[in-house]
Amino acid sequence: MIQIYQDMKVLCFGIAREIIGNSELLIPNVEIDTVSSLKAYLKSEYPEFNVYKQFQIAVNQEFADDDRPICSRDEIAIIPPVSGG
Amino acid sequence: MVDKNLDIQLSAETLEISKNYNFVLDEKCGGIDMFVGTVRRWNKDEEITHLDFECYEPMALSELKKIANRAFSQFGLHKISVHHRTGHVGLKDIAVVIAVSAKHRKAAFEGCEFIIDELKKTVPIWKKEFLIDGSHWVNSRP
Repeated sequence: MIQIYQDMKVLCFGIAREIIGNSELLIPNVEIDTVSSLKAYLKSEYPEFNVYKQFQIAVNQEFADDDRPICSRDEIAIIPPVSGG
Repeated sequence: MVDKNLDIQLSAETLEISKNYNFVLDEKCGGIDMFVGTVRRWNKDEEITHLDFECYEPMALSELKKIANRAFSQFGLHKISVHHRTGHVGLKDIAVVIAVSAKHRKAAFEGCEFIIDELKKTVPIWKKEFLIDGSHWVNSRP
């Protein structure tokens, strides 16, 4: 079976936007299928993520656990520690 | 996002507390409680010049709606209005306004406190502090 991976688009906010240097990150053709594999990819590609406090991932505008499956059709966002109010 | 009893807005414009007050004012209620968060000059020993707020708008609205729905059911609030600033916010400017109405004062006090406490925990809004000598994202520093 041939599986074609599409670019995964990740929205970036706050400190994550500054680390990545853009408000959107396109991750090309890589096999990322869970929140935890996305977190591992980000920490390895952008080691600065290891310096700052832990970020969370939102999938389709909901906070997601590490074992949540994800695909390129999902709306995915990096959520650094929030500081509203 | 506005319906009959709930008014949630993220705004790049100056906030006016009368709008929140007028939204929650209701003849069924004997108490209104409001929290107004303003920008202070000093944070510990760092001197702030202004703040910049960024948000993930659709998720911030949905998280605020979840908090409001919990507040309606836990405290029996009648109406809730939450306005939060985005963008550049100067010293003494208003960053957030929460207004709630209830039949009696206890529910209003407690419901309003609950909403601001939960907002600070889960709503995807980020505050960058600009200081006399630098800047940083609040809560992100190692």
